[in-house]
Amino acid sequence: MTRYTSATDADRAEMLAAIGVGSVDDLFAQIPEPLRLGRPLALPDGMSEAEVYERLAALAARNEDAESQVCFVGAGMYDHYVPAIVDAITQRSEFLTPYTPYQPEISQGGLQVMFEFQTAMSELTGLPVSNAGLYEGPSSVASAGYLAMAATKRKRFVVSRGLHPHSRETLATYAVGYGAELVEVELRDGETDAAALAAAVDGETAAVFLQSPNFLGAVEQVEALGAAAKEHGALLVVACDPMTLGVLKPPGECGADIALGEGQALGNRLDFGGPSFGFFCATEEQIRRMPGRIAGETDDVDGRRGFVLALQTREQHIRREKATHNICTAQALNALGAMVHLAWLGREGFRELGALLVRRTAYARERLAAVEGVELLHEAPVAREFAVSLDAPVERVLERCAERAGVAAGYPLGRDYPEFEDGLLVAITERRTKAQIDELAEALGAAIAAERGEFPVHMTGKSPQGVS
Amino acid sequence: MALTETPTQAERARTIYEKSKPGRRAAVLPDAEVPEPPLAELIPADLLRAEPPRLPEIAEPEIVRHYNKLSRRNFDLDSGFYPLGSCTMKHNPRLNERVAALPGHARLHPAQDPMRAQGALELMWLLQESLGEICGLPHVSLQPSAGSHGELAGLLLTRAFHADRGEERTKVLAPDTSHGTNPASVTMAGYEVVKVATNERGGVEMDDLRAKIDADPDQVACLMLTNPNTLGLFDENIAEIAELIHEAGGTLYYDGANLNAVMGHSRPGDMGFDIVHVNLHKSFSQPHGGGGPGAGPIAVSERIEPFLPRPQVVRRENNGHGPVFDLDHERPKSIGRLRGFQGNFGVFVRSYAYILSLGGDGLAEASETAVLNANYLKARLAEGRAGERLPVAFERHCMHEFVLSGKPMKRELGLATLDLAKRLLDFGFHPPTVYFPLLVEEALMIEPTETETKESLDGFAEAIERILAEAETDPERAKQAPYTTPVRRLDEVKATRRPVVRQSIPPVEGDGRRSAGRALR
Repeated sequence: MTRYTSATDADRAEMLAAIGVGSVDDLFAQIPEPLRLGRPLALPDGMSEAEVYERLAALAARNEDAESQVCFVGAGMYDHYVPAIVDAITQRSEFLTPYTPYQPEISQGGLQVMFEFQTAMSELTGLPVSNAGLYEGPSSVASAGYLAMAATKRKRFVVSRGLHPHSRETLATYAVGYGAELVEVELRDGETDAAALAAAVDGETAAVFLQSPNFLGAVEQVEALGAAAKEHGALLVVACDPMTLGVLKPPGECGADIALGEGQALGNRLDFGGPSFGFFCATEEQIRRMPGRIAGETDDVDGRRGFVLALQTREQHIRREKATHNICTAQALNALGAMVHLAWLGREGFRELGALLVRRTAYARERLAAVEGVELLHEAPVAREFAVSLDAPVERVLERCAERAGVAAGYPLGRDYPEFEDGLLVAITERRTKAQIDELAEALGAAIAAERGEFPVHMTGKSPQGVS
Repeated sequence: MALTETPTQAERARTIYEKSKPGRRAAVLPDAEVPEPPLAELIPADLLRAEPPRLPEIAEPEIVRHYNKLSRRNFDLDSGFYPLGSCTMKHNPRLNERVAALPGHARLHPAQDPMRAQGALELMWLLQESLGEICGLPHVSLQPSAGSHGELAGLLLTRAFHADRGEERTKVLAPDTSHGTNPASVTMAGYEVVKVATNERGGVEMDDLRAKIDADPDQVACLMLTNPNTLGLFDENIAEIAELIHEAGGTLYYDGANLNAVMGHSRPGDMGFDIVHVNLHKSFSQPHGGGGPGAGPIAVSERIEPFLPRPQVVRRENNGHGPVFDLDHERPKSIGRLRGFQGNFGVFVRSYAYILSLGGDGLAEASETAVLNANYLKARLAEGRAGERLPVAFERHCMHEFVLSGKPMKRELGLATLDLAKRLLDFGFHPPTVYFPLLVEEALMIEPTETETKESLDGFAEAIERILAEAETDPERAKQAPYTTPVRRLDEVKATRRPVVRQSIPPVEGDGRRSAGRALR
């Protein structure tokens, strides 16, 4: 079905005459006959706008989202409240529809947003240099590995098992390409085992990767752990949750050479995992090895202040095979959402939100620990997420909480950590009220009791049968 | 030259940090509702931050004004013609924004139990099937976040494919006209780039290709190509190229940046390609967002399928209870994850809505009109002054884009391609891609897309004609352009030599840290 095009029959006739061919088909004659498809694509015919809307709305209705369930699931992406002005500003045509700002004279809006965003991320992480954004969290970790190899000429990464499993796996995927080796360091009582880490780092180590708060929610002793990296001349790479940086000591003040992470919590929706953005900050020393776009301040010919893409000589469109990275995006629209959200929170609001998360998390942790059949998986300090272990099969407990109480109770740790088969990771945002936390405690208690046979077991059968 | 400063130009750019005033705020947060002990009782004091980050302090109305004003300092596709070669700046339907914002999509947690995310997984599966049909390849992974990410995926797949056969190969061939991401991805994937020459028709130089393969056939891992190529020309030798690479044991990779030329007309899979990436932000109407987000799904042949990233969206029959969709993590030969969770789902929603809107016939029609528009504009620009000063680089019908050379313009009028590009800004047009591909001197690469009217193509051709006419008597006019934009030509060298990459913020009272924001080393 013709859509979004304008050429009338009369237009076509005029245009073909100007080209000097009889039909559009003549233009496709350069494709050798055996390679012409010669049949319509086996796809449904086009639909009206109303029909497309109904079709997509019907699919959306088959998902249980954070509007229809109370969501305590985190594990890297969080159900924060995104203020209305974020939508209003990111949906403006002038931000939504431009290309990358290769023509700075007509892209000052987008370039200034990048500059403001870099400033915000630099403030949050306590490091002087930020880029304008990468794809998302885990691939940013892999990009840090690539940088560390270039900076140290070494090929060995020491990785805490507290680093997000997706980050560890993505780093491993990339490392096969650029030829690096990974060594994993175990957790001990929820935190990275300091002695094991110190033993694992050596003179061949390019970088040490930590996450704080780590995947189990524990706030790590980054400074102490990082000492081993400093001692051996390896880079210290710290993945962090930006929403905690209003209250937690920034990685830049803990000796990090690179601080990065998943940016979704700032001004971006859950979107079933993307698009969001990754942030990437570093010391001055690394600026010419940074991946991605960086906006910089300069002047125009009349002396006006303006912004351009700086240090483009690092990038693929200039340096080709010698570029510091192959990336060609900045997730600019997602970074804009983050910037507007941060401006809306402001200096005080951002700190208050961090404190709110810490206190509600402390309440939720204590409340859940008091439930029969629930124990804390570790007692390390936490900020916005914590891990418990359940005295019943976790997936079945989750199923009951969802069915009976409309609560998504958390993330089953057994998906990624066989050693925490009974573990559940619970995340708190400012949207999770005290009443909802109490509801979660009730639901978990009831589900565990039922699973332990204290109530008759019967599944409601909402999940399709025959499929695990 | 006498110049009148526009009101926008007269206003000095001020960042939001410079509009900040202590005590102002926008956000009102919910009450804690729980006990509020000092934070140091919950987290050891040495892990806490002394001072909050110096974010701006500003009320909501002024935040809105600030960003609305900034938005007016951008040119955008909804406001004007954007003939950027290789970027496919086609219309971004607002319907797609509406359906992507439905709570069932926008507020769906990526770790949701697959049984409670059946609509999302079905949508992803349907998109996989659609892209597979369009590319002529049976298996699709939606995971790569962008075209360049798809390229890296394709090269890692190639490595895994060869490793599975006990081989380790070192070289990836790519034409000298390839996109910059191609060689950059090759290096990241641990391979060495071998450039292949381009023939007088813009295609792969077959003798050079044979020579590069014969030099060391056992080391050829892959050939990366776009077809139509970066000159907008379909390479008629593609079947033979595929045969040569496959005989040497390599894989054939298709950079899908130019897929908009051939949808419903010719399929990379049928041309012999093993791996294709698709830029959903090009052919499938995801807005570019000023530099992301996009998505770069890959479609692959049977022999590559076992190595696809995990998790993979799969459809299973459920004993007569209808299909069930799931995430398959059990893929023993997989290259592993390329990113967090399942991919840029919000982009998948928009692109699937686009495919539903057009249908198979509409996609074919879109490519036809894209090719018609490009050839019409090429014909218009072969007339008059443009025809003399900006000859087409390769004289034949093009597909969806074409390349002109500004060499005679530079020689005869002293005007560089960059000057023409900057002067176009004053006429309200986004310039074409310039200085790419590298093998054409003073290149201008023009891709009008199917969503432009004949009138806007005529308007662009007329603007070029006027600029060239103006330059015959007053070449300085273009050399100093632009005049009407929010800022004029910017000093890019300074921004790189003495980079200032963040706003300097005066210290807040009680916060002893020095101000950042000076020029860095």
